[in-house]
Amino acid sequence: MISPKYFREIPQRYRLEASRCKECGTIHFPPRLICNKCKSQEFETVKLSDSGKLATYTVIRVAPSKFSQETPYAIGIVELNDGVKLTAQIVETDLDKLQIGQNVKLVFRRIQDDGKAGIHCYGYKAVVS
Amino acid sequence: MKEVAVIGAGMTRFGELWNKSIKDIFVEAALKAIKDAGVDHIDSMYVGSMSSGLFVGQEHLGAVMADYLGMNPIPATRVESACASGGVSFRQAYFEVASGQSEIVLAGGVEKMTDGADVTDALATAADQEYEVYQGITFPGLYAMITNAHMHQYKTKREQLAAVAVKNHRNGSKNPNAQFRSEITIDQVLRSSLVADPLRLLDCSPVSDGGAAVILCSMEIAKKFTDTPIRVSGSVQTSDTIALHSRSSLTTLKAVSTAAEKIYKMTNLKPQDIDFAEVHDCFSIAEIVVSEDLGFFDKGRGGSAVEEGSTSLETGKIPINTSGGLKSKGHPVGATGIAQIIELYEQLQGKAGKRQVKNAHVGLAQNMGGSGASCVINILEAI
Repeated sequence: MISPKYFREIPQRYRLEASRCKECGTIHFPPRLICNKCKSQEFETVKLSDSGKLATYTVIRVAPSKFSQETPYAIGIVELNDGVKLTAQIVETDLDKLQIGQNVKLVFRRIQDDGKAGIHCYGYKAVVS
Repeated sequence: MKEVAVIGAGMTRFGELWNKSIKDIFVEAALKAIKDAGVDHIDSMYVGSMSSGLFVGQEHLGAVMADYLGMNPIPATRVESACASGGVSFRQAYFEVASGQSEIVLAGGVEKMTDGADVTDALATAADQEYEVYQGITFPGLYAMITNAHMHQYKTKREQLAAVAVKNHRNGSKNPNAQFRSEITIDQVLRSSLVADPLRLLDCSPVSDGGAAVILCSMEIAKKFTDTPIRVSGSVQTSDTIALHSRSSLTTLKAVSTAAEKIYKMTNLKPQDIDFAEVHDCFSIAEIVVSEDLGFFDKGRGGSAVEEGSTSLETGKIPINTSGGLKSKGHPVGATGIAQIIELYEQLQGKAGKRQVKNAHVGLAQNMGGSGASCVINILEAI
């Protein structure tokens, strides 16, 4: 991954920064330039809740090339307490104990690497809380 | 807007076509369609392709195919909407004829997926790169998450998912152009290897090469070429959030339900008026969810409907994927939407052989991109 592409996403991936629409209050993650609910273009930066529930999940057995050494791994959609949903790996848990509705918490983790001399790429994963 | 007809169709067999290039594949399908229609020229052409750039390193596909089809200098346009590229290609051709801009237009689609590209990575470009793929998700993974949510909410059973694949293979075994012409059993699906829990290999459409093309013209001139033109009664396209996680429901594909509402209104038809349908069964769960979102069954009843035979060619009140669907016929991504139109065309002309649906007058084709971020529905009718 070329570094500017990675660098641009750091506020969201490292600090869970989102944008709240000043008109209708919808929180967008990642931040958007126009609200897809009310079309307003006025936002304030907010930090997402790091706690929520597992809305759905799967266990990846056939992975994209960047993750081929990590199978099997769990990944799911987490609904955070502020209503925002995002996709994240679920780690440090038994794969056969995953359940829709279970409480999870987002933690800071390494996500992938960019080849032998490339950069390490960080972000959020979920652990069962 | 002029009334528009389909007057010819052609496709390659779908499968691993090692001895054919992407150009050979498209041109073979297009020549068959032109011959079938009996036209001596085309005024314009559309080429649906999801990702020829990633799959074979070739872009500028409109120009490439117009050249190799020997059609220079006609306008040739490549259309991309991920796995819905074919259906959208058809819709663009429909508009060009309906507007009166052109008389005879070819709508085609093609994909060459077996030339060495990493198919999982290439297909994943139809999802949100920064917020889905970055985390390690795949397309089977996205549909597996829909599956788990659907099973949780509606008690859909693992065997019901398998019944989709079994039915589509049974239909595909009767289709000479299908990639897999072998029947399979529920047990074989349940014992196939896991790809993304709970989806197994035999829940997934295959990696395929293939091309498909149809010829459209105005109804005014269609009778010059055929006694049985097939009318395009309606065409609707919709979009939804690119990321699955951004949607309020994980068990309804809103792009599909919205498109369905619109096309029923446009055509004055109801779900009960549709005699048969081709739907986008990229994974077994997709056929179940889509058959609900098209209004064929109540929400949550798609699984039991397939299990009870309500969608089978032999006994179904609404036979679904008589061609074998993406699962058995194959899924060369950009060609899929056009191949669905070809199944409608053959059924409505009474030329579907062993797959023929009795009293087939109205057919619906539903084609979608990504995890449902784009959807196109076309309805064709015999006149």
